[in-house]
Amino acid sequence: MADRKIIDARGTFCPGPLMELIAGIKLIDIGDELEVLSSDKGSASDIPEWVNKVGHEMVSSTEEQGVWHIVVRRTK
Amino acid sequence: MKILIVGGGMGGTILANNLSRRLKRELKSGKAKITMLSASDQHMYQPGLLYVALGRMAVDELYRDQASLLEPEVEFHVDPVEEFNLDGNQVKAKSGKTYDYDLIVIATGSRAVPETIPGLAENSINVYTEQAALEFYKTISEFNGGRIVIAVGVPHKCPMIPPELTFTLYDYFRDRGMLDKVSFHYTYPIGRLHSLEPVSDWMQGEFAQRGVTSETLFNMKEVDGANKVVYSEEESEAKYDLLVAVPAHKGMEVLETNKLGAGGWIPVDRNRLNIEGHDNAFAIGDTTNIPISKAGSTAHYEAEALAENIASMVKIGAPVRDYDGKVFCFIEAGKDRATYAMFNYNKPPDPKPPTKSVHWFKMAYNQLYWATARGLL
Repeated sequence: MADRKIIDARGTFCPGPLMELIAGIKLIDIGDELEVLSSDKGSASDIPEWVNKVGHEMVSSTEEQGVWHIVVRRTK
Repeated sequence: MKILIVGGGMGGTILANNLSRRLKRELKSGKAKITMLSASDQHMYQPGLLYVALGRMAVDELYRDQASLLEPEVEFHVDPVEEFNLDGNQVKAKSGKTYDYDLIVIATGSRAVPETIPGLAENSINVYTEQAALEFYKTISEFNGGRIVIAVGVPHKCPMIPPELTFTLYDYFRDRGMLDKVSFHYTYPIGRLHSLEPVSDWMQGEFAQRGVTSETLFNMKEVDGANKVVYSEEESEAKYDLLVAVPAHKGMEVLETNKLGAGGWIPVDRNRLNIEGHDNAFAIGDTTNIPISKAGSTAHYEAEALAENIASMVKIGAPVRDYDGKVFCFIEAGKDRATYAMFNYNKPPDPKPPTKSVHWFKMAYNQLYWATARGLL
């Protein structure tokens, strides 16, 4: 089963959830997952846009009480 | 209480001095002791490297003797730590000496790692070390014209460096009468020009005025120095004549080898700054994995909050406040105008249009910094 690490980027503006994901994905193994917690609704669109462009895999994106939980799997 | 501070950069130094003042009585009576271990007897004002790179500050202006910055009660050793034993409250340093503690703060900073992108280190310039800044100035002063590409790695120290490099280089070549010979192409890892949306919006207007082109969602993958092309993870490319890099950073290698955190970033509580799983071990500054700016001001405000908490732990046995995520960044908008961004975990930044007065305050702060390091400002 894939290992999953969490980046809690709620309430942070700089560098922000997507930049944290880009930094964090370099630190996990291929096949493992990162879950980004974001209070910025823009993350729900800009994270999948980058993930798809680079070729990683979107696992899920859900919103709970104003917090987006976005799970990405490293593929390369 | 034996307090051990590992790292003599901005965060460690401000913490040591602030704490020393708060614990005057306890230090005098022997109830508390502060020891600092650093890798160098010199303290560098790292934000000054930008000005060295532009030929506007001499290298020796960046340095002070570390011991001269510290309160006399702080015991200072140049003896970098090689082994951390957080469960045993002990570190072992390069000298072979073991240091015991009751409370430890790790503030060892971060380092640029251009070598992690194939071809980047040997085909680009950056401003992250003294040697790199001097090489930067030599390169731009000999540059005869062409396409300048700014490329940004993640994570990086000082989030304002990408726009600052672009704007100050533009003015540098304007002053040399070369704007008809150079063009600027700015790339950035996410889908806008800066991680802070208001800063990105402001940059768009500034870029339009200057004719700076840009490409977002551009993360460096490889540099082909022979053909002068930088390739991105997103399968695009940018041709350059001069590649100006903001390389990705890592925490210190010793933290990775001691398995304190992936990438050398130590996981800490974002408010209390204690290392996960430890009540008597803390980290501040670039060293942490907190998802906020890796910047001197972050280290500064974290150090102040932690000094207050450690002092209260000594005096009343408990911390009294949270770090609120405060960050303050100057933004040089050219050679003689600047603005700033200030924000915390709850309040987004609201940068104002650049002015000459903010630029001159930044110039003044380059000297005032030494009062900040001493814990006075």
